[in-house]
Amino acid sequence: MNRQSLSIALTGSGGSGVMTTGSLLLEAASRSGWYGFMSRSSGPQIRGGEAAAVIRLATEPVESPDDSFDLVLAIDPASLNRFVAEIPLREDSLIVTDSAAGRRSGGLPEVPGRVFDLPMQELAKTVQGGRPNMIALGAIAKMIGLSEASIHSALEKILASKGPDIIETSRVCVQAGLTAGTELPIFDQPQLDGASALERWSVTGNEAAGMGAIRGGVRFVAAYPITPATELLEWLASSLPRVGGVLVQAEDELASINQIIGASFGGTPALTATSGPGLALMTESIGLAVCSEVPVVIMDVMRCGPSTGIATKSEQSDLNIALNGLHGDAPHLVLAPTSVTDCLFTTQWAVHLAEAMQTPAIVLSDQSLGQTRAIVERPADVSFIAKRLVPEQFEDSYYRYAVGESGVSPMSVPGQAGGQYTADGLEHNQAGVPSSMPEDHYSQLEKRERKINDFDYGQHWADLEGSGSTAVITWGSATGPVREALSRLREQGNDVRLISLRLLAPERPLEMAEALKGVKRLLVVEQSHSRQFHRYLRAAYDLTTEVRVFNRPGPLPFRPNEIIQQLADWTGEAGT
Amino acid sequence: MSSDTLQVQLQPKEYKSAVKPVWCPGCGDFGVLGSITKALAGLHIQPENVAIISGIGCSSRMPTYLNTYGFHGVHGRALALATGLKTARPDITVIATGGDGDGFSIGGNHFLHTCRRNPNMTYIVMDNQVYGMTKGQASPTTEPNWQKGKLTPAGTGINPFQPLAIALASGANFIARCSSSDSNGTARVLMQAIEHPGFSMVQVLSPCVTFRPEQREWKNRLIPAPEEMQATSDAAEAARLLLTDEGVYTGILYKGNRPVYQPKLESSMENIAEFEEEFRI
Amino acid sequence: MSDSIKGPARTIGSTEELLAYSLAMETEAVDRFNDLAEQMETHHNYEVADMFRKLAKIEGLHIDNVSRAAEGKQLPSLLAWEYEWQGGESPEGGLMEEAHYLMQPWHAIELAMHGEMRAAAFYRHVADTAVDDGVLKMALELVEEEEEHVELLKKWQERYPKPAEGWDEDLDPPAMLE
Repeated sequence: MNRQSLSIALTGSGGSGVMTTGSLLLEAASRSGWYGFMSRSSGPQIRGGEAAAVIRLATEPVESPDDSFDLVLAIDPASLNRFVAEIPLREDSLIVTDSAAGRRSGGLPEVPGRVFDLPMQELAKTVQGGRPNMIALGAIAKMIGLSEASIHSALEKILASKGPDIIETSRVCVQAGLTAGTELPIFDQPQLDGASALERWSVTGNEAAGMGAIRGGVRFVAAYPITPATELLEWLASSLPRVGGVLVQAEDELASINQIIGASFGGTPALTATSGPGLALMTESIGLAVCSEVPVVIMDVMRCGPSTGIATKSEQSDLNIALNGLHGDAPHLVLAPTSVTDCLFTTQWAVHLAEAMQTPAIVLSDQSLGQTRAIVERPADVSFIAKRLVPEQFEDSYYRYAVGESGVSPMSVPGQAGGQYTADGLEHNQAGVPSSMPEDHYSQLEKRERKINDFDYGQHWADLEGSGSTAVITWGSATGPVREALSRLREQGNDVRLISLRLLAPERPLEMAEALKGVKRLLVVEQSHSRQFHRYLRAAYDLTTEVRVFNRPGPLPFRPNEIIQQLADWTGEAGT
Repeated sequence: MSSDTLQVQLQPKEYKSAVKPVWCPGCGDFGVLGSITKALAGLHIQPENVAIISGIGCSSRMPTYLNTYGFHGVHGRALALATGLKTARPDITVIATGGDGDGFSIGGNHFLHTCRRNPNMTYIVMDNQVYGMTKGQASPTTEPNWQKGKLTPAGTGINPFQPLAIALASGANFIARCSSSDSNGTARVLMQAIEHPGFSMVQVLSPCVTFRPEQREWKNRLIPAPEEMQATSDAAEAARLLLTDEGVYTGILYKGNRPVYQPKLESSMENIAEFEEEFRI
Repeated sequence: MSDSIKGPARTIGSTEELLAYSLAMETEAVDRFNDLAEQMETHHNYEVADMFRKLAKIEGLHIDNVSRAAEGKQLPSLLAWEYEWQGGESPEGGLMEEAHYLMQPWHAIELAMHGEMRAAAFYRHVADTAVDDGVLKMALELVEEEEEHVELLKKWQERYPKPAEGWDEDLDPPAMLE
């Protein structure tokens, strides 16, 4: 695989428009045939604070940040200080900044790299209404070989709402930047297929999840805004009406979860989206959905915990509460997408599964997937849609919770004559009548567990790649860096196996045993301080191999070289 | 009220902590911060005897910016935290601060029941009719035809919450409305709110210049309530005003004599041995 | 409406009282300009932060003037919030509301001028309603002083370009924090 990749960071402060510049760069690059993604970081101010746009461009789809950055453009030098930990640099990295802008606010931090001056403020002043960030955009475009045409079309798309004057001023600034960029080093130009036959998307994880929900059949959402899930809700708010659906902004998370249970009880596939704090509020009512056997999907776009935590940063620390947060024995589904694209598939699949088994499904996405915009190949169409087992006709008496072979009992919909029942959080008998009899409790507990355990999930429960005797097991957004690390090792003839779990509950003991056949060393990789995933694996599965854990909490993402280093340390082989 | 020679007169500035607010310049909450410091200074309350309790949102950042005790809690639960604290420590001046979202949406239930309970504390709600911290959704006090919320692009279409009328009906003992642009006037109201027994509800209209910049004009629409209606102890009269004034009257709109919740909490370790009587065979 | 008459809520009866009000206004102005400077620093608007520090210093000089005039006099000791202004706000209290994180030097001076003009209007109102000759004389002097301040600020403002339309345009959306 001959992949070329460029990692670029833009930093600025005080309303310098860094995020917009990053978006424009990504858009222009995508039109030129690049793949890649962009994520954002900011200071604590709602407006005018420090901001960073972090971009990776590549000639093939990428799902992981690279080991380090090739170029940082700091519109003012001091703005880089806040982001030093998340923008690792090398001696040969390029740092382009405006030293004039640093006179009052301070200089660059102590970091490796070659510094070049680009007088963005001064150049911006030569254009009526000009802005330094547009100069920066032009300079970067020159350095990485983006055409003026691609920038122009990006400007027209992204700045459309700002009007033709701002677009024109920006274009002129970009030109000035392109000219100034000739003084700066130029990167090697890769072979890009600008007019690729493959259809590509520019999409965030949150948008992809929304798309998955709609494709899966969700038509009712009730939710309360919370970072970093809010964009998912915003996307659904404008998209649902187009398919005859509705989004209600509820007063809080308790209202949200109960409203979707109500809508689903009425027959409409329903979903809510939240983050850790909201999921914690919902746990009692998710238990209600388990006991009353009402399907719902709860998206948890995870952020750093515990409690209010770090709302704008990613972590994989809600696994515990997703698996074990319900009181009583309350089996339910827990899934996790492995990439931005996979947010679509996994959400769609979750809707299908929840409806098929009449149970809640918690989908663990996270901030690094949800709020990252990626250029990807168009996600394949899959046929998973909501299809609930609804009785066609009724005998003399209808047993809503009849214990049958699959554990899934036909679920009547209000309006169906003869199908009346009272859904209940109280334990009940097969007819749905509240019961404290031991035999009813045993059989209903067993039914609710069996319907989930015995279901045929097919091959989607995990991504399995490679066949070596050393394996890395992981989940969620950690999969991207692991996958890239292993693909580098494979290029050198080192076949390390990847196991990335998409289905976390219920456990798949047979499938896992099969996946671990021939594995002698198992490295667990997860973004959690207390090793939640490792503990889960030990509790759920027989780990008969040697096991090591590489874990770290948020806010910093994993990078492929870290994983290669872990493996090299362990096996004593040179990894790179 | 001039300074008593026996009490140390602290300057309002001394109630501010060293942490610089991250509120957007122009935000009404700066004025409220000033008013709180002036009120505490005016009442000669030492910072260590004050606790500022909040939930989540821009205005809920308030405790961090004061050098009193404080608790930045979870979304909507400030009044529950505050009630627990005040019940255990009646000697502490407890002030809950927050916004219209935190207080009336997720916090709505606690709001109702705290008014009912009527503990001796003050609740300052910085009402900007929007959810600022999460990027501009409609709040319970937003007018039904505001169409700039991305989750409610057609407007909420439903009745806005009327916090003062609800507070009155639920049992609050002191009700006032202020404007954040009148920092001194708000300070004077807060002093009375803190001194008055029971649950004092102060709604401060505090513009959000980022998501609702049109609110900079708010102060031009507000007028002091007529002299004869100010500080009435007649609930029916207050109710009529609150339900018909369209939110423009400022001042103390109700000052009642309702019973205050303050159970006696006197921890003791005596007489424990006597309990064993009932178990002894 | 709120930019119009901002006199005291009651007639000022003595020069001591008038000086007390004047001192309160200037002190408030110093505090507000320093607060504004801090807000600008927090939002990385350093040029305007520096201007607000300068304006705070200038108001500080006004305090010195008033203190000199008050030498030997016994001023009533009202606390800051005990001053009552018509229309609610004090003349210098409205300064913070005109702030914007992207404001430019021209705006900063404009904001200061509004404050001075409100102060002038305040003193004019005192003069118009004065019953004491001493108060009338002092009030008229103070009006003249404030109007001089406005002229000085106007001259200073001429050194800065009036910001073009779109000065408050931030291409980036607000950050979502919690």
